[in-house]
Amino acid sequence: MLDLTNITKVFYPGTVNEKTALDNVNLHVNKGDIVCVIGSNGSGKSTLFNLISGTYPVTNGKIIFDQIDVTSTPEYRRAMSIGRIFQDPTKGTAANMSIEDNMNTAMTKGMKGLRISLNNERRALFKELLKPIGLENRLKDNVGLLSGGQRQALTLLMTVISKPKMLLLDEHTAALDPRNAQIVMNLTERFIKEYQLTALMVTHNMQFAIDFGNRLVMMDEGNIILDLEGEQKSKLTVDELVRRFKNLRKKTFDNDEGLLTRD
Amino acid sequence: MLEGIFVDGLIFSIMVIGILISFRILDIPDLTCDGSVATGAAVATMAIVSGLPIFVALLLAFLSGVIAGMVTAAIHNELKVPGLLAGILTMTMLYSINLRVLGNKANVPLLRVETLYSKLPETFKFLPAEWASLVGTLLVVLLVKELIDIFFRTDLGVSLGAMGGNEQMVISLGSNPKVLKLIGLGLSNGLIALSGGLLAQYQGFADANLGTGMVVQGLAAIMLGEFLFSTNRISLLTLRAIFGAIIYKGLMFFGRKYGYLIHITPNDFKLLTGILVIASLFIAQTRSAASSAGAKKKAIARSLEKHEGDKEAKGNA
Repeated sequence: MLDLTNITKVFYPGTVNEKTALDNVNLHVNKGDIVCVIGSNGSGKSTLFNLISGTYPVTNGKIIFDQIDVTSTPEYRRAMSIGRIFQDPTKGTAANMSIEDNMNTAMTKGMKGLRISLNNERRALFKELLKPIGLENRLKDNVGLLSGGQRQALTLLMTVISKPKMLLLDEHTAALDPRNAQIVMNLTERFIKEYQLTALMVTHNMQFAIDFGNRLVMMDEGNIILDLEGEQKSKLTVDELVRRFKNLRKKTFDNDEGLLTRD
Repeated sequence: MLEGIFVDGLIFSIMVIGILISFRILDIPDLTCDGSVATGAAVATMAIVSGLPIFVALLLAFLSGVIAGMVTAAIHNELKVPGLLAGILTMTMLYSINLRVLGNKANVPLLRVETLYSKLPETFKFLPAEWASLVGTLLVVLLVKELIDIFFRTDLGVSLGAMGGNEQMVISLGSNPKVLKLIGLGLSNGLIALSGGLLAQYQGFADANLGTGMVVQGLAAIMLGEFLFSTNRISLLTLRAIFGAIIYKGLMFFGRKYGYLIHITPNDFKLLTGILVIASLFIAQTRSAASSAGAKKKAIARSLEKHEGDKEAKGNA
């Protein structure tokens, strides 16, 4: 599904601010994989996602998606098959438009034509789709009126109905309160199952990373330092994870524990 | 006399709809307008003077505006300069181009040639001349408004609106924002140039300096319209822009007519228009602050009420 080969990303090369955000990273994601990516701030998780979705070009390396080399494909074209959800709930929806217009834009992904595709049939479909997030009677309301949790749930729904092959979830529940975060997370799980998506998810929560998905990837200082799958992962505990991190990096987790929460 | 205000306002309203598209819908502060309105006037005038039919002249004016808008969008897209600077560049370059189009003259009159406003009274013979102009202009404006309304309901139009609200979303949903900006700014400036083409025929000449300060005037009209009612529906947005344009022209008319009483001359109008925009911004800001303060008060009252209710319930139990 996704193949990253020797990916390196250097910011501001040749200046005093030069920083290697990713250092020769290799990652292979199979179809149907649900990968949790953990790591402290500055470990390169977000950069990895930005490179996969095409926000930045890579400094070196190759990105193969679905057997196609997309290393230099622009972001909007990659977005046709890679759906991305940001931490910021305002990034995935247009606040100045109604819910139905937002949904319809997601439904007709890609460059739009001069057709008016929003009809009553579509509206009925949207109503049905919006039921799980409780917005079925607010089709005409502006998205700006919704709460952060509702907006993130809507973003998730919109991303899913745009039929991506892969989902990139960039700490998409981090800006929400615990209750809404749970709702959005349950929806995420449900949609991933329902639409059989491949997903990569960044999280700061170690327990959650252990429970969710079939694979766990840990990043540190621009490298993937741990990649566990299947049984190895399901047997994992938080303490085990911390211990392995210490062994691998010969440094303590202490200064990072504030950032990586246990549960 | 009053019909004159309406004709003037309606012609202006097409430009205001153009500015509405760039400033409000696309959220790109595009200053190309000051140049493209004069380009539209120049192109339409030269086309009519050289004997082309009026319809063709207006179409050419529209297309010249589309090209101007696309140049701005291309500068903004490819050189990654802010839309503001891209617009100023195009506007400045257009000044020279407009003089070229006008045959290196600053002013070309439309004398002894048929224009829309000499034809309209012939078409609507049963009406007085001024009223015929008004009806004809109204029909043009309604046609333009209807086409724009339909366009912004299509998938393409909706995604233009989405880009104005959130560019990242449009990218995430697989549209190229560069192409959308080309289309959006092209359409916006096409309308502005069309308005210029009509204006040249109405006032009977094209002037290279026609565009100076037009953006600010258009903004003033948009803001005046926004005081009328609030909406997010495109048909009402364009309607509001038309009302705002007419109100603005009305204000300017009365300023010209009665301004001498308080020693205001037409020379002061640019200053007054600027002050009008600033005042509108100020009023809009105060209004939104007041409404959010009101909402806050209500929320506090509601939560207090709820607490009281809880206490009573506890007391009863």
